[in-house]
Amino acid sequence: MMAKQKSVSVRKVVRNNPAATKNARVWKFGDNIDTDAIIPGRFLTINNPDELATHCFEGTRDEFAKKVNEGDIVVGGRNFGCGSSREHAPLAFIGAGVRIVIAQSFARIFFRNSINVGVLPVVCKDADRIADGAKITLNIRAGYLEADGDRFAIEPVPEFMQGIIDAGGLVEYAKKLKEAPTCTR
Amino acid sequence: MGTTIVEKIFSRKCGKDIRAGEVVMAPIDGAMIHDITGPLAIQKFYEMGGTKVFDPRRVIMLFDHQIPADSINAANNHVYMRAFAKEQEIHNYDIKEGVCHQVVLEKGRTGPGEIIVGADSHTCMYGAAGAFATGIGSTDMGFVLKFGALYFKVPETIRAEVSGKFQKRVGPKDLILAIAADIGADGATYQAIEFCGKTIGKMDMAGRMTCCNMAIEMGAKAGIVAPDKVTWEYMKGRRKMKPFVLESDEDASFVQKKTYNVSNMEPQVAVPHNVDTGVPVSKVAGTHIDQIFIGSCTNGRFEDLKEAADVLGKREVNPNVRVLIIPASRDEYLKTLKAGLIEKFVKAGALVEAPCCGPCMGGSFGLLAPGEVSLSTSNRNFKGRQGSTDAKVYLCSPATAAASAITGEITDPREV
Repeated sequence: MMAKQKSVSVRKVVRNNPAATKNARVWKFGDNIDTDAIIPGRFLTINNPDELATHCFEGTRDEFAKKVNEGDIVVGGRNFGCGSSREHAPLAFIGAGVRIVIAQSFARIFFRNSINVGVLPVVCKDADRIADGAKITLNIRAGYLEADGDRFAIEPVPEFMQGIIDAGGLVEYAKKLKEAPTCTR
Repeated sequence: MGTTIVEKIFSRKCGKDIRAGEVVMAPIDGAMIHDITGPLAIQKFYEMGGTKVFDPRRVIMLFDHQIPADSINAANNHVYMRAFAKEQEIHNYDIKEGVCHQVVLEKGRTGPGEIIVGADSHTCMYGAAGAFATGIGSTDMGFVLKFGALYFKVPETIRAEVSGKFQKRVGPKDLILAIAADIGADGATYQAIEFCGKTIGKMDMAGRMTCCNMAIEMGAKAGIVAPDKVTWEYMKGRRKMKPFVLESDEDASFVQKKTYNVSNMEPQVAVPHNVDTGVPVSKVAGTHIDQIFIGSCTNGRFEDLKEAADVLGKREVNPNVRVLIIPASRDEYLKTLKAGLIEKFVKAGALVEAPCCGPCMGGSFGLLAPGEVSLSTSNRNFKGRQGSTDAKVYLCSPATAAASAITGEITDPREV
């Protein structure tokens, strides 16, 4: 009954950098893009990323689901992914082939969900200066991105999340743990 | 240097001094899953190699978003979760009890000083009971189900001190909409908001729940009220706990200190399409409304419905507006029923539905068509939240909703 999901690891996203290797384009959005906009409530009975992707940004930007290509990048302004905790939002991105989201800032739950399921959230204070349709290359280790030739700094992922990325996402991280190393020990 | 209530909760749990900014793997006292985010969480639990949940007594399961099942997909999700509950010996409240956050509190599934997570962003509501409560995604929840622990970056705290006495027909929802407008939709991201001061001290649990519920609308990880007499009174008969002192030290390090005075506060309305857009009701009075929703985890308690009934008086709902009233839980429904309010609402021309999330989640029923306008006591007015992205949602208190139900347009509850 439950559709098996594609196994995606953020580590691979970082290593393969789909944006740099493909003719990826930017889908530009504004501030406060909420998870209701990414995937409306009426589609939350769906758990399959490919099916979710067909409704991604429905009503907000209908062309997205039709025209998005593997490796495309979503760029937002401040507070990207605010609102509902629905993990269906980053899963819809996975189904759509989007592995990287760049924003000036992210809402907390979406940020964590993204890393957990294999979408890399990249904080770039100048994300508002990236144009819709721009071509982007990311250099995550060096800490910058280039959009249509302009170079902007990006922030490193918080250290404790890096461990989860290195493991290949939270599922992989959890598989290796016999028990959780809690603060009580 | 003293510590905040949040730092104290983590320090108590870990048995050592923990400060904001530290990353800890903390043990979890409770974990809540519902019909929307639960199926994915269970799937992740299995993918992580989970076979038995960390402690079935600490897992809270219920269905509230799409009940009774409104599609075959929803019914399938319910079936999947019921099977998991049976396999894992988890008590499942199923579709019978109401909206998750209300049920967790009224069934005493959390209490002061505890760390509880829910696969729903409004989990922060349990801060009303002095718990550190935060919403998480399904994969994090899968991890919690397996290990009974989760990584947290201990948040800094914004202290919001509230003083003054509410005018008649002005209350906690107006306060929290005003606070959200002040702090902004991302003004508390990665932080906790502690509500304190004389006004909070006098506020009942229902009002505290409304305030803590909407902490997430400012990006906050948690909202919290230090447990006091009101809290411990509420805990009686719900959760076996001996009262203890849990409060921020006066010399604790707060990231911000805010003060609010409610004495001259007007009823507030958040205008489309963000929650931090609260304005005094006078600025939007007269706006035509197609649908009114009184309910949700934010404002579906007996106190809210009583306030709405008081405003309504013996008057009927305006023929040009449809009114949906949904108590937040079975207990709240029964209280409303016994007080005679359900009959009153039905006679006035409102639809009273069984406890559930209703139109708030914009996926089950009560959806809006393009061009329609909703006035809602719930917590979000995002574009498309209650249906069409060409519809509009305004947020308000139960009193303002009831006053507007009489006139069919946004109306100051002090003037009807």
